[in-house]
Amino acid sequence: MTVAESSLAQFQTDIDKWMAENVPKNPGFLLPLTFLEVGTEQQLDFLRDWQHKLWQAGFLGMHWPTEYGGQGADPAYQGLVDKALTAHNAPIIFNTIGLNWTGPLLLDVGTEDDRKRYIKNILTGDDIWCQGFSEPDHGSDLGNVQTRAVRDGDEYVVNGSKVWTTLGNYADHMILLARTDTSTARKYDGLSFFLAPMRIPGVEARPIRKVTGEYGFNETFFTDARIPAACLLGDEGGGWRMAMKTLEYERGVIAGQASAHSMQSIGLEDLMDSMHDFERDGAPILEDAMIRDELVQLAIEAKANSISDRRAAIPALNTEYPFGIALSNKYRHTEYARRLKMMGAHVQGAQGALFMDDEKSYKGGFWQRAYFANFGTTIGGGTTQIQANIIGEHVLGLPKS
Amino acid sequence: MSAIIGSKKIDFSEEQGMLLDVAGEFVKDKSPGSEVRKLLESDEGFSQPVWQELVDLGWTGINLPESVGGSGLGIAALIPVVEAMGKGLMGTPLVSTVLAAELIRRAGGVAEEDVLEDISGGCAATVAYLDASDWGGTNCGLLVSDEGVLSGRKFMVPDAAHAQWIAVVGSTSQGDTVVALVSGSDVSAHAQEPHALIDLTKRAATIDFTGIKARRVLAGGKVPSAIRDYLLIGALLTAAESVGSTAACLAGIVDYLKTRKQFGKLIGSFQALKHPTVDIYVAMEQSRSLVYHASSEINEGPLSHEAEVACRMAKAKASETIQFAGDRSVQFHGGFGFTWECDSSLFIRRAAWSQQQFGDAMHHRKRLAPLLLDS
Repeated sequence: MTVAESSLAQFQTDIDKWMAENVPKNPGFLLPLTFLEVGTEQQLDFLRDWQHKLWQAGFLGMHWPTEYGGQGADPAYQGLVDKALTAHNAPIIFNTIGLNWTGPLLLDVGTEDDRKRYIKNILTGDDIWCQGFSEPDHGSDLGNVQTRAVRDGDEYVVNGSKVWTTLGNYADHMILLARTDTSTARKYDGLSFFLAPMRIPGVEARPIRKVTGEYGFNETFFTDARIPAACLLGDEGGGWRMAMKTLEYERGVIAGQASAHSMQSIGLEDLMDSMHDFERDGAPILEDAMIRDELVQLAIEAKANSISDRRAAIPALNTEYPFGIALSNKYRHTEYARRLKMMGAHVQGAQGALFMDDEKSYKGGFWQRAYFANFGTTIGGGTTQIQANIIGEHVLGLPKS
Repeated sequence: MSAIIGSKKIDFSEEQGMLLDVAGEFVKDKSPGSEVRKLLESDEGFSQPVWQELVDLGWTGINLPESVGGSGLGIAALIPVVEAMGKGLMGTPLVSTVLAAELIRRAGGVAEEDVLEDISGGCAATVAYLDASDWGGTNCGLLVSDEGVLSGRKFMVPDAAHAQWIAVVGSTSQGDTVVALVSGSDVSAHAQEPHALIDLTKRAATIDFTGIKARRVLAGGKVPSAIRDYLLIGALLTAAESVGSTAACLAGIVDYLKTRKQFGKLIGSFQALKHPTVDIYVAMEQSRSLVYHASSEINEGPLSHEAEVACRMAKAKASETIQFAGDRSVQFHGGFGFTWECDSSLFIRRAAWSQQQFGDAMHHRKRLAPLLLDS
């Protein structure tokens, strides 16, 4: 720790005060729970304003360099901001693909021009970013990307389609993985990585309706879209390495993200709060032995996960499988969250069969929606099953499937 | 905010780091597979020379204060040693001995320092707790007369045969819970009926204490909380040992999955085997985190609410995990897994034994419910 505890304590006081005064209250319409679910202009405008306000107050990108719009502080400060956002139940900081994936990636491997051009606008919310990795026929098998980018003078001509493009219909830029060479021996070697503009002819994002009934991501079509050759990040044919690095930021394997508050955190405390509203067999539901055991199991899981996160930072306690906890981060947390939210729907009795639009639904269908929406995290960014392959192969050394 | 999750403390000292290395090497060296197999068939279940080396390393007194010849490092320092022994399936009376010392230290006073000196100096000891099968029973059926004479039997006393001190839990005619300290030399051989345990690396016996006069009787207000803490620390040490055994079991599965071929492919490439193996790994790390956390919450005094929650969570998770690991290990080794010769048999037996020490997973979850939900 290079930062004096006293200055952190002062910062904590300052930020608590600021949050108490500035966190927007209920806007009168349903806000998205996660950055994957921004489905209306109304939500978008609200969240963009909120992010801008946070940045202007000096509380976003705490540990990013000042020359690109960050605050140039120790990462510990970002941790405090994220904690305060959760504690004050603040709306999400929605520009996640910019803030947490593209930003750190550019700070890591981007050119000076890239950083000057993109990073500040990621922080202010002026530029919204989306990600073009998965394709309709190639979700988990990312190496098989078929969208073509063909060099033509100072430009690449892009054809193909991408799917699950979160924020795609609102985005200014896309981190795009496309095939520049179809003749390589290894499929991975024909891929390139672009910082592609979205607001150009030949790019169309069509919103997709999700299992929750809401919108939030898109299928994005490229039809002879011409993007400047300068948008290439790294070398032509070096896209796979960039994509893998991006995924490490996405999965939280490496640090550097500008804000962890990309999802409204829903935890065991929220479930406990809801418990007081239900009965079973004519008695408070918390007296039900089966319910109690399920809650205890969730508590054990939650505690084991959060202690594991702390343990990961102590190398002497990770000698057997040094990166195992970090690599299993997404696997553990997203599956736990699915179980928790499913439980939130289960405890409601008959009300659990109602959905968001029914006025008699419990808390506007909060738990049902949260449970369905959680699939975005167990599927997006590499499904749980792909995560299991990764852990099996990279942590345990099992043969490839 | 996170009242239900509570403390997330995880400490790690230099001493623990050192012990982790030393104990790991010691167990690897002294408890290879061939030695484990040899000891399965022996009466003692452990090697006297190895026990002496372990005593010389100071491990019987790690948790005890320096005033009685210990190292004053507390239970936390013992965790890496017990975990390492679990990994090597090493049979020793260490856990029984340490637990007896904890019970005596917590229930007794200055007068018991001589007994603790014996233990830190290498006298094996144990606790006779269970009356019968029920970890949740009162287990105070054994009577201790005003003269300190015992009447009654105790079930499944671990490492009874070599214990030089036995801390016997019972009650007085007035109904007060007491701990009677019995010298192992006062227990005749025919008063002991050794059990045929499911885990052949372990030893335990039913002992009839009737007619034996205790060397002294620990009574008073500290006794009930000392017994409670003994049970919690026992659960924690069993969990630490389970984590070690699970790690070895997992290594065995991974090794097999990397070498065995069927249908022309290494079987580890099949997701039906790979994914449950990953689940064993993930649950093992979660258990290990809970064990290290619990050890950070235990200190010299009576165990806190946080410490109790932590010990119970660690035992619940570690027991389930080793059960799952041992079970899948047999299954994944196929026909070979079904044989005595395959080490999976050792692990599934260790799993069944561990689950039933100091209460199984359901026992602890039931007790966690009021601790977590009703406060």
